[in-house]
Amino acid sequence: MKVNQVPQDDANIFDGKTQDVQYALDENGKYTIVKSVGWQPKNDAISHAWELEQEKIEEARALVVAGKKSPIYYHMFKNLMDVKLLASYTGFFVFTVKRHFKPNVFNELSEKKLQRYVEAFRMKHIDDLYNIE
Amino acid sequence: MRIDFDHKMSAHCENGVTSNLLRFYGVDVSEAMVFGMGSGIFFSYLPFLKLNGCPVIAFRPLPGVIFRRISKALGLKIFTKKYSDREKAMTELDENLKKGIPTGMVVGVYDLTYFPPMFRFHFNAHNIVVFGKEGNDYIVSDPVMEQVEKLSYEDLKRVRFAMGLAKPKGKMYYVENIPKEIDLKKSIIKGLKRTVRDNYLVPGPIIGVNGIKYLSKKIRNWPQKYGEKIAKKYVGHIVRMQEEIGTGGAGFRFLFAAFLQEASVIIDSKELYDLSFKMTEVGDKWRLFAVAAGRICKGRQTVETYDTLGDMLLDISISEGYVYAEIRNILKTMNK
Repeated sequence: MKVNQVPQDDANIFDGKTQDVQYALDENGKYTIVKSVGWQPKNDAISHAWELEQEKIEEARALVVAGKKSPIYYHMFKNLMDVKLLASYTGFFVFTVKRHFKPNVFNELSEKKLQRYVEAFRMKHIDDLYNIE
Repeated sequence: MRIDFDHKMSAHCENGVTSNLLRFYGVDVSEAMVFGMGSGIFFSYLPFLKLNGCPVIAFRPLPGVIFRRISKALGLKIFTKKYSDREKAMTELDENLKKGIPTGMVVGVYDLTYFPPMFRFHFNAHNIVVFGKEGNDYIVSDPVMEQVEKLSYEDLKRVRFAMGLAKPKGKMYYVENIPKEIDLKKSIIKGLKRTVRDNYLVPGPIIGVNGIKYLSKKIRNWPQKYGEKIAKKYVGHIVRMQEEIGTGGAGFRFLFAAFLQEASVIIDSKELYDLSFKMTEVGDKWRLFAVAAGRICKGRQTVETYDTLGDMLLDISISEGYVYAEIRNILKTMNK
């Protein structure tokens, strides 16, 4: 890849926070560093993975709204976690977390247990658990 | 309080941290040199392991390996420690900073608040250097960020003790001692030898160029075997593994080619210099592969099929194999 071939396809993947570093050949055939705002295949792959996650989040939200799952089910996906990861952040067993996905079980949880979810999801207050917007 | 630390961006976090730390101690080696001497170029296809539901395709050795190899090769004394006590992990970092020691650490990516949102996923082998503390904020040199960043006490504690696969457990490391004379030539040759061994000489189908060849066979059957949706997801996964921050297919080939250029001057080998351009060609091929794979993954109107991807990978495995074979020959003639 030559310096003038370094792609600059901006799809705002980096959210303006940083850029990519690419190594490319300059006119003397020497390698040099060129910054890049993005490259389409990479942008596509990353935004595709992002969209898949968003789909999962929306599905989870629908289940919570329908009363089939408790709000922590939604927050798990929102935080890109799976049950195992959520279990290790809360310190609960995997099967306990799964039980807490049941709305009737969740509604009975003590404040102390809810607090562990608040910390796992890095929320400020227990009320945030009920916010699924 | 801020240590006088020069933050330079890099293509890959571990190289970057290593290169930045070494420069602080007066050893000016570039990212490319770190990458080459630490034999950072690698490939493995591990279909029996799954990451986020996708087969593991690694374009890099295990995290931490490059740093360990470099410090061993250059004779650095490195202090490394993991913690079970979170508060202690933070206090000992503070003490380190007070002594003026820039401190490397392994962190989880998800809670790095300064990261672009699309790059924040649960991945636990990112490297940063902390080199100061102002109030409640730590001053962070993160090699994938353009600027010096800040992390609050709570955020840093959280990322140092991220959960999931390969927990960092507060791991921190710093340079304790550095030898007066550094033999780059010896380290270069060692790095080259190891690169050839790991990518060209490992028996079995899953490592190095064999792994690329194996993937080239398997990828052809993905749509039949897993269905269109999963096959697309897997292809997208390859591109992400290949081109996302901290990994690299094409990018690593260019980086390795840059290393071959720098190294050829130090060990005085015209052949190695010429070979650098062959590696550049391999990198270009990886880029074309990513373009084709990206199109398939996005479901764009395209002439490429999964067979095309297989053909491209096969071609890559052959041309990359050629470079390693040539390096092997160069090393052999040097010994005579």
